[in-house]
Amino acid sequence: MFRMSDALRYWFLVLPALAIMIVFYIWPLLGIWQISLTEPKPGVANYTEMFDSTAVQTSFILTFRIAILTTIGCLILGYIVAYVISNFARRAKPLMVALVLLPFWVSVLIRSFSWIVLLGRSGIVNDTLMATGITDSPMRLMHNEFGVVIAMIHVMLPFAVLPMMANMRGISGAYVDAARGLGAGEWTAFRQVYFPQTMPGVMSGALLVFVLSLGFYITPALLGGGRVLMISEYITYQIQEFLNWGLGSALSVALLVATAVVIAIAARFVNLRSALLERN
Amino acid sequence: MKTSGFRIFFMTGAWMVLAFLLLPILVVIPVSLTDTSYIGLPKESLSLQHYVAYFQDPRWLSATWTSIWIGLVVAVCATALGTAFAIGCWFLSNRASTIARWILITPILVPPVVQSLGFYRFWVTLGLIDTHVGVILAHTLLALPYVSISVFAALANLDPRIPQAARSLGASVWQTVRSVVLPAAMPGMVTGGIFAFIVSFDEIVGVLFITVRNVSTLPKKIWEGIQENIDPTIASVATMLVLLTLVATAVVIWRGREGAK
Repeated sequence: MFRMSDALRYWFLVLPALAIMIVFYIWPLLGIWQISLTEPKPGVANYTEMFDSTAVQTSFILTFRIAILTTIGCLILGYIVAYVISNFARRAKPLMVALVLLPFWVSVLIRSFSWIVLLGRSGIVNDTLMATGITDSPMRLMHNEFGVVIAMIHVMLPFAVLPMMANMRGISGAYVDAARGLGAGEWTAFRQVYFPQTMPGVMSGALLVFVLSLGFYITPALLGGGRVLMISEYITYQIQEFLNWGLGSALSVALLVATAVVIAIAARFVNLRSALLERN
Repeated sequence: MKTSGFRIFFMTGAWMVLAFLLLPILVVIPVSLTDTSYIGLPKESLSLQHYVAYFQDPRWLSATWTSIWIGLVVAVCATALGTAFAIGCWFLSNRASTIARWILITPILVPPVVQSLGFYRFWVTLGLIDTHVGVILAHTLLALPYVSISVFAALANLDPRIPQAARSLGASVWQTVRSVVLPAAMPGMVTGGIFAFIVSFDEIVGVLFITVRNVSTLPKKIWEGIQENIDPTIASVATMLVLLTLVATAVVIWRGREGAK
């Protein structure tokens, strides 16, 4: 009886946050499924339209391609930084960590704006290239996939570095030392002994970056200039330009399902609990 | 120790990547000082005209103020709700509470556009469209995962036997929470509160969906500015925000060093 009432008291602490999350977040999210099946008229017409549309297919393929490129870019660049911070940096370590975290705190909007300033037609990069005579006419650096991917890597990089750093913190140097002592070169010891141990961190980073990239809106919308329609922008386009709530909702459901599938597949390789629930 | 090719490769690579992270953010500084009326590097002289433009434009100022006070309200609400939630889950630590924790972090995983659609439709039925309350509610929901994660992380260091001891010595649940668990949760609450403020202060997609004319936040103003006419006032706003962040980061590093001594 006494224990029971204790548990009840703990649930009183949990409930307010849980209740508003379910009522004002989960419930509206489920409402999107309903809209996709009822507007403009009941049935699965929105889904057949979605599967038949080549524009939708193109957008989904583009979204996955950009998410994959962004993830690969972030993993390679992020690994190097995480490795150096964890293994080589001594006095520079706080500075390096701060440089990784700093972009995290600057809003995505401002970072995208910076890339527009850099990559625009009369942006700083083009001005410099033309002033130094490397090119005669401005190059197309944004409003294409190149610009979107560069800016997205910039935005997502901290999400890749942090889980890898957390993972590398727990790796003992003894194994690499042993391999070196047994005659392995630095590269061999890294490739065969160190790198495999960092796979959990790499996978967590990949999952975070990939999932966030799939649904990304701001950077592609600003740097794509309407030419790189990732699925999120396609959805807003359907709703704001055509007031096509049915198709927009069906696409949202598809994006949600795609995200869930990615997470479910990742669950085989990643400890979701430590990647998502207990990250800090 | 001899510097090996391996080490040179990684060290150079890391500094190049860090430069790639930092330098693009800093370009807003020279651009904000331009003497031209379009985005670009200063042509003949440095000018503060775009800062003056910001401080003289009531729309920019009121958008900034709106973002700040909404952010503060969101930080308070999310920290209160999220801390209670995390403490309750920490005491329970059973299967049901783990499921509750998963539910609370869904906003991290759901694409912003999708959740904003959900907000929009539901806010229409509630009559919350284009109201400050509507924005605060949406932002609180988006900030809750961060508060709950950081408070939970802080509680990981608290031995469950300590509150048990307090209980068996006769303290009530509320006394135990207040004088044993809350102090341990404090660092996580501070981190979570700061996170919550920043989540709200930077949030744009939700605001674009659930506000019209009545509510304007700083990110919305910047967004409109970029979409409609790129004028260098945005660069001056961006510069001030970047400098604020730089100073805050420097203070954190400096305090970290002091603490390490």
